[in-house]
Amino acid sequence: MKNQEHTKATRYGMAIDLDKCTGCGVCVIACASENNVPVMYDESDKTRNISWMQVYILTNGSQFPHTKVIYIPRPCMQCDNPPCVPVCPATATRKDPNTGIVSQIYARCVGCRYCMAACPYHARDFNWFDPHFPEGTDRYLSPEVSPRTRGVVEKCTFCHHRLMRARTRAYREGRRDLREDEYIPACAQACPAKAITFGDLNNPGHTVSRLIKSPYVFRLLGRLGTEPKVYYISSEDWVRRMADNYLPGEFKGRG
Amino acid sequence: MIEEKNEAEAHMEPDSKRVSRSSKDGWIFFLCGLIGALIVGWIVFPALLYSKKSQPLNFSHASHGPESSAGLECEECHFFHEDGTFSGAPGITKCMECHEDPESPLGEDPEEVKLFTDYLKPGKDIPWLVYSRQPDCVYFPHIAHVKMAQIECRVCHGDFATREILPVYKVNRLTGYSIDIYGRNIAGLKKNTWDRMKMDDCAQCHRQKGKETNNACFVCHK
Repeated sequence: MKNQEHTKATRYGMAIDLDKCTGCGVCVIACASENNVPVMYDESDKTRNISWMQVYILTNGSQFPHTKVIYIPRPCMQCDNPPCVPVCPATATRKDPNTGIVSQIYARCVGCRYCMAACPYHARDFNWFDPHFPEGTDRYLSPEVSPRTRGVVEKCTFCHHRLMRARTRAYREGRRDLREDEYIPACAQACPAKAITFGDLNNPGHTVSRLIKSPYVFRLLGRLGTEPKVYYISSEDWVRRMADNYLPGEFKGRG
Repeated sequence: MIEEKNEAEAHMEPDSKRVSRSSKDGWIFFLCGLIGALIVGWIVFPALLYSKKSQPLNFSHASHGPESSAGLECEECHFFHEDGTFSGAPGITKCMECHEDPESPLGEDPEEVKLFTDYLKPGKDIPWLVYSRQPDCVYFPHIAHVKMAQIECRVCHGDFATREILPVYKVNRLTGYSIDIYGRNIAGLKKNTWDRMKMDDCAQCHRQKGKETNNACFVCHK
């Protein structure tokens, strides 16, 4: 996998502060309603349901009273070296060189699910059924997000339609550059604990580019070479250790 | 095919007369079939593929446009909203701005009477059929092209401003898309922008204008 080059300096990314995350799941709900994610006949069927944003629970495995629990919200990592891209036989998924966002074109997807097999984060979901919206909920659908049919793969797009909307608004004012607060995904906007910070990683003026320089920063399976643009912050050593696979004695804590 | 023919000839060898006649007949049948298939493929099928629909009302751009007495510019009815989105075909309130008054500039033409009784009086929007509506998966920002790239309306839509009558709306029976999007010519030939507006046409124009970066999937897809 070669590092796909950027033509512009913009590289959208996210920093999630796990010390702040309470695991409330608002990001999951906000994401699903923003992106027209359908409700399944049986949402408890976790092998078939669709969740662009998933909150995982992590425990340190110790007995009471030393038990510690942490929640990890997991959107698409929007990797700089996305393993899903080279495996796609239909070129339905690409990394946008201008923004760093990994696209997913539903009309192009043939449903082979190679990308799902390639993704080490389980960030992609397959539509096993045609979308179903219980009566009444269809009135809340967003016209800015295109619907998916049975047989295609979908994933988090960093609420890409919001970027389009922000760009359109900026063009109206004759600007090409976006301000930091103009484009934020639904999960980051909805988080009541303000655990999710979003912005341009390459822009020193954006809060997120400062946050990812923290010594407490890590990425999920960071040593795999996928270069995710979703960064996590945790002051707990055991959390950072669990985020990757280490040999015994290899991991050196920082906190 | 050739093998079959050789076999047939081998069987018929003693009767040379029959051989020549049957091969001549074969050519006639082949030509008839070929011409028939070409007519079906190039004329009948494309004609059947599109169903024709007429607009609910004839709108004369010529009598509203810049060269008419009304003297309106395109942007006065096809305007941009505050947030930069394009308004498209104007709603009835836009028509009312000039035509609300019963003694306003409306003539005796049956189309004008229809406009007044069917739409203006009850304040109902006219259900226009949009010639260049893109599929659901496409995000086309007019403002990026009109304001930022300074492309005039008629470059992509043709010189609508001087047209007396609205063209017939043709919709593809299989895909449900307008002929302006799906392509007028079945051979794929195009002269004007509005002859076909598919993804490759977008990409081609971006390339010509040196905007290759705009050909990334997520610039136009949603």
